[in-house]
Formats: sequence, C-alpha cells, structure tokens
Amino acid sequence: MTLGTFRGGVHPPDKKELSKDKAIAACSSPARVVVPLSQHIGAPCKPVVEIGQAVKKGEVIGAAEGFVSAPVHSSVSGKVAAIGEFLSATGRMVQSVVIENDMQEEWAALKDNPDYEKLSSEELKEKIKQAGIVGMGGAAFPAHVKLSPPKEKPIDAVILNGAECEPYLTADYRIMIERAPDVIAGLKVLMKMLGVSRGYIGIEDNKPDAVEIIKKAAESDSAIEIIALEVKYPQGAEKMLIKSVTGREVPPRGLPMDAGVVVHNIGTAVAVYEAVRYGKPLVERVVTITGESIKEPKNLLVKVGTLISDVVEECGGLASDTAKVISGGPMMGFALSSLEVPVTKGTSGVLAIPEQPIIHYEHFGPCIRCGRCIDVCPMGLMPSMLSVLSEKGLYEEAKEYKLFDCFECGSCTYVCPSKRPIVQFIRLAKSLVKP
Amino acid sequence: MDKNKDRQFLVSVSPHVRSEETTARIMWSVSAALLPAAAMGAYFFGPKAVITISISIIVAVLTEYLYQKGMKKKNTIGDGSALLTGLLLGLNLPASVPFYIPLVGAVVAILITKLIFGGLGYNIFNPALVGRAFLLMSFPKLMTIWTQPTAAFVKIDAVTTATPLGILKEEGIQKLLETFGGSFNMYMQMLSGNRAGSIGETSAIALLAGAAFLFYKRYITWHVPFSFLGSAALMAWIFGGKGAFFTGDPLLHMLSGGMLLGSFFMATDYVTSPAVKKGQILFGAGCGFLTMLIRLKGGYPEGVMFAILIMNCLTPMIDRGFRTKVFGSAKGAAR
Ligand code: SF4
Ligand code: SF4
Repeated sequence: MTLGTFRGGVHPPDKKELSKDKAIAACSSPARVVVPLSQHIGAPCKPVVEIGQAVKKGEVIGAAEGFVSAPVHSSVSGKVAAIGEFLSATGRMVQSVVIENDMQEEWAALKDNPDYEKLSSEELKEKIKQAGIVGMGGAAFPAHVKLSPPKEKPIDAVILNGAECEPYLTADYRIMIERAPDVIAGLKVLMKMLGVSRGYIGIEDNKPDAVEIIKKAAESDSAIEIIALEVKYPQGAEKMLIKSVTGREVPPRGLPMDAGVVVHNIGTAVAVYEAVRYGKPLVERVVTITGESIKEPKNLLVKVGTLISDVVEECGGLASDTAKVISGGPMMGFALSSLEVPVTKGTSGVLAIPEQPIIHYEHFGPCIRCGRCIDVCPMGLMPSMLSVLSEKGLYEEAKEYKLFDCFECGSCTYVCPSKRPIVQFIRLAKSLVKP
Repeated sequence: MDKNKDRQFLVSVSPHVRSEETTARIMWSVSAALLPAAAMGAYFFGPKAVITISISIIVAVLTEYLYQKGMKKKNTIGDGSALLTGLLLGLNLPASVPFYIPLVGAVVAILITKLIFGGLGYNIFNPALVGRAFLLMSFPKLMTIWTQPTAAFVKIDAVTTATPLGILKEEGIQKLLETFGGSFNMYMQMLSGNRAGSIGETSAIALLAGAAFLFYKRYITWHVPFSFLGSAALMAWIFGGKGAFFTGDPLLHMLSGGMLLGSFFMATDYVTSPAVKKGQILFGAGCGFLTMLIRLKGGYPEGVMFAILIMNCLTPMIDRGFRTKVFGSAKGAAR
C-alpha cells in the first residue's frame, strides 16, 4: 500500500504510548466553569445571561455576532457567578462567563432525532450553527462557515483529519477507536451538507488499529475512502493533508476550498453528528492530558470552561520536575503561564514536560546555513533566510522570502542544529509588517 | 486554589520540542570523519605530519579563544568549528613544512577569514582554504616541497619528490606510470595513500571511509560531492587525454591531488556552499569544472583549492538565483 504524503516534514518522537491505551473517561464535573465568549476565530460572542441567573447545561450564554462566529453554551447547570475578563490559554484576557456548578447536570433541550438523515442541507447547517461547533483541532474556525463555500468555489470532497500528527496527542485516536460509527455518521452529514459524493478520512500509518476500525465502520459506504498517511509532522496541516489525500495543492494563501475540498477534524465530525442527531451543543470535548510530568496521563471528556488546573488534578497532578505546561501539542501549542485557564472548544491536549529536554531560547547560535530547515519546510520556504532577516530587523525583505506563507508549524525550528528560534523570529517579523 | 497556583512555568514560543542535532555535534562528527585520513597521513609521512596537524589545530582554537576573550565576545570554541578548520588546514599542508607555516595559516584562516567577518556562519570563504591559499602565495617554495612517503616512522632523511599531478603536468602520463611501475600499482598506491601530496589528501580509502560515515549520518548529501566529482570526471575524460578527445583518465584525476578531500569535506562546508539543493548541484559542478580547467590548462598542477574558493564567492549569487518554490505555486497545482 502506498501512503499519502507531502514534501518536507519532520519526525519528532511521537510519545503517544503515554496515553494511547487510556480509554476516554469523563472528567469529574468542576465546581465552577469559566467559559470564554471568544473560543473561535471571528467575532466574540455577546453575553446573553446576567449575573445570578440560573442556566441549564446546553443553554446559550453567548450569542454569535455576525456570520463568522459561533454561539457559546453553558457546559454545566447552575448559576452565573460572574461575567468579566479572564485569562485564556493564549495569554490574552478574554470576556468569559463564570458559572457555579449545581452538579445537577440538567440539560436545556436534548431531543433524539433518529430521522436526522431526512433533514435538508440547510436545516442541518442551521443545527450545526446553533450548536456552536468550531474546528476542534486547534484553530477553532466556525464549522458552519466552512460548510458554506461561495458558489464560485465548487467543492467535491470532504476530508476528515485523522492524522493527529502532533506528538503526544491521542484524543482523535481514541475517538476513532471508540466511536468509529459516530465519526462516519458525522462525515456523512458533512458530505450531505456540502452536496459532495466523496469523503476521505486520512489517518497516519502509526495507528493501524484505527485505520482498521474506521475502515470497518465505513465498509458499507463506497463513497468514503480511508487513506493511510505517512507518519510525518505536519501531516495533519490542512494543506499537507489535502496534498497527501487527493494529490491537490492549495495555492499559496489559498483556502482548502480553492482545491475543491473542505477539511474537518475527527472530533468535529462527532460533534456534528451529536448536534444533528440529538441537538447537542458543543459543551464538552476529548482532551489528552499527558507528558512526562503528568502523573497519570489520560484521555478525558472535559466540559468546556473547566480550568486546566482541575483537569491536571484529575490526572494525579504535576510532577515536581514540571518546567513547561502546554495547551495543545508540543509543535504548535501555547506554553501556559498559569494553570488557571479554561479548556476551550479548541483545546486538544494539555502537556506537561520536564526541564531536561527543553531548549532555552536564549541559547541559540548563528545560522550555519546547513539547509536542514529548507529541506523540512512543508511550505517550501527558506526559514533560514526568514530568521536571519528578522534577526537583522529587515522585516520588509523577509516578505520577499514569503514570510506570510509560513503557518508556524515549527518543523524548521525543530531541526535547526543551531537551535535558532526561527518561528519566534518569523512571528516577530509578521507582527511588524503588513502582508 | 491549589499548590500549582504560584508555580512558575516556562513560557516560550512553540515548538516546545527540538531535535537532538547540534552544531557542535556536526562539527565534531566531521572532524572524527577526517581521523582515518589523518592517521594514514601520519603513517606515510611520519611524526612531522602529526606535528604539523597539531600546530594547526592548536593555533586555530587558540586564535578563536583569544580573539573572543579580547573582544569580550561569547566563547565559541566548544562548537568544534575552529578545531575542524585547524584540522582541515593541517591536512591540506605538505608534511615537510616548518612549524610557522601551519601557525600563520591557522591565524589567517580563523582570524581573517572567519572571526573578522563575524564568526561562524558569516564567513564567505572556507577558512581552511583561505589559509592554505595565503600560504601558497606567500611561501610558494615551502608549500610545494613534497616528500616521498616512507613506511611509518622509520627514521630516514626525507626524500623530496613531485606529486603525481606535478609529474602528470610536467612530464606526462608515461613518466607517471613509470614512477609507480605500471597502472595497477599506481591505482593501488593512490587508494592506500602511498604517494606524495598534502598530509590528508593522499589516502583515498581513508577519505572514502570518512565520507561514508558522513553520508550515513546525513551530515552531507550527494548534491555537492557527486556533482563536483561528476563534472571533474567528465572534463578529465573529454579533455584529459593527449591529443584526442575522450581519451583522458578520469579515475587518475579522482584519486590524485585534493579531489576527494576537497569534494567530500571542503566543498560541502555548509556555511560557504549554497543552502538549496539545486544550487548545490550547480556549485559542485562549477567546482569540478574549475578544478579541471586549472589542472589541464592553468599554471598550477592542482586546482581544487582555487576552484572551491571561486565557487564560495559565487555562493551568495547562486543562493539568490535558486530560491525554493512555495507549496502550491507550481503550475496546475490547485487541480
Ligand atoms: S518556515 Fe513556517 S511553514 Fe516552514 S517549517 Fe518553519 S514554521 Fe513551518
Ligand atoms: S536549520 Fe538552522 S542553521 Fe541550518 S540553515 Fe536553517 S536556520 Fe540555519
């Protein structure tokens, strides 16, 4: 079997063995949740509850503002305790609603609709929108926007991203193994909404059991094809995944729809299924809590708004050697300054790593022009030039080297023998010039 | 809320994991890959060779150390690059040179070629080669006295002789075959390194073993050395013969002079060769072409050093000309 692949990429140790055999378990309900009103790319939500108001689980607490936005729901039942600015995982202060959990787990409105397949594409889309579903791989782009491509961009395939190429993370893997039928059902809903007849699920080849199980679940459906992918970071980056699965290349600065496809995450597919079948809004998600400094790595179903400190406690707490805690994966995640930040719809993992393997950014050397970063850059850029130009303050010149085509995957920085903080230089340059 | 509340965590930009490769590891590995060649040099040219290499290394490292101390700059001798430069320079010298030759060469290589330009990564020319070129021009006599290899450390007076390339240039292929006693003998001696030449350039076997190690570790790729050797071989075959075209002996040219040392260990220097693979092929081909041009038509019997230096100086231009293509920008990419 030939594996789908792309040019470039790196092979960091995958460390998935820490958590891959841990079945998804529900995280205990926290005493209170801090639900940010901006968990997605696009306009923040407007709070529609007041302090002291009683809310049910699944009740809207933030209304979407504009098209590129997604409503936010309460993940517990209880009472609104505060509305204000709270620290988020990205380090910014974000307007959030704090809800005191009454532990009743009382749902607002859940209704089984086994006939969901009869709904029209528009009705389905409306349900997705109401459910506040966003991309759950990290970028958190509102799902319904991706599902409404402009007419001049014909779509002929949906790809589910089962690559999970970030080291350590196993949430999508567990979902594929434990909930394969729901994944397939979600994919079919997505295909129906876009009116396409081809669905692909790309899965990295280091998860052969997931490939098997998903293949089995999709057996009866000839429109769905499972593609095994070469194990290589960033196999799950949209453009790389599209190339690996379909052979198409999204043009520079283009979107997947420019190559005629829409890409969704595995977790998103399940959320889509739950939304159209049960009317369930996106209030919880699977998060991998792992790393050498987590005492008991786990895959947990966590309520949105649960503080990372609570989630970490659920996993036995942090070892004393913990030096860095990361929200997301080790290649693209954010380092946290505090654990008192909430899990959001886009939080795929929480990672705690010890001091020993960390490279301190101030200890970097000159570029020795070894070319490794150029060889691995999946975007075909010259990261060495970008870092050197940015270091010298020549930000405009960096644009000639396609500064804004970099999506900060970190492959270049990973391989650099001089330990240059290339991504950091690139971000600096990006922040100081206009595209 | 709990004990983690006041804990300090490191906050830095992603990625949070890094490969284990370091600049120092690469430099030390390349130095290690040169050890077989150095050992063969010591075997054939005796204690004098060891002394010459040692002086070159010590002075190179010391120069960097003192300069950085004096200029109050961060000390970088640990990255191994000064040592590698010293070693390469030593291997590129005739064994018989007096002690001040490696000394002066190492200072020129490290101080003038590397440190003044801003240190590792900023130099345009290969430091060891500049050191050698400087010596060749300042001390042309001393730098072209070649001694006959003697079987290891036997105390006899050094016999001076000409290098195979020198004989080839001045007296022709017949004389060269006579010297070695037939072509089979000639190739065998050249493979083992039993011929006159710079300390580290003579033993083809040792150099190839070192190069194999570098390939295995992926510290070098085929692009520079193979295009270098390929274009040189082609030139040797076409123009290297007496009288008619296509009668030259490419193998002889591959095994003589600094061809192997130059193509695998000097032209592959990251800092002074192009960073993009396509550019590296052009760079290597240029090196091979210029080497043979000098060998066949120029005033020196050997051309590897000047060829690489000339191509070093074209590297920035090649780099500008061969940029990579952004993903998705190839024609017909979208569908
Ligand atoms: S330059 Fe950008 S896209 Fe290329 S490897 Fe580095 S971070 Fe990834
Ligand atoms: S990997 Fe690092 S040292 Fe090598 S070319 Fe890129 S930036 Fe320079």
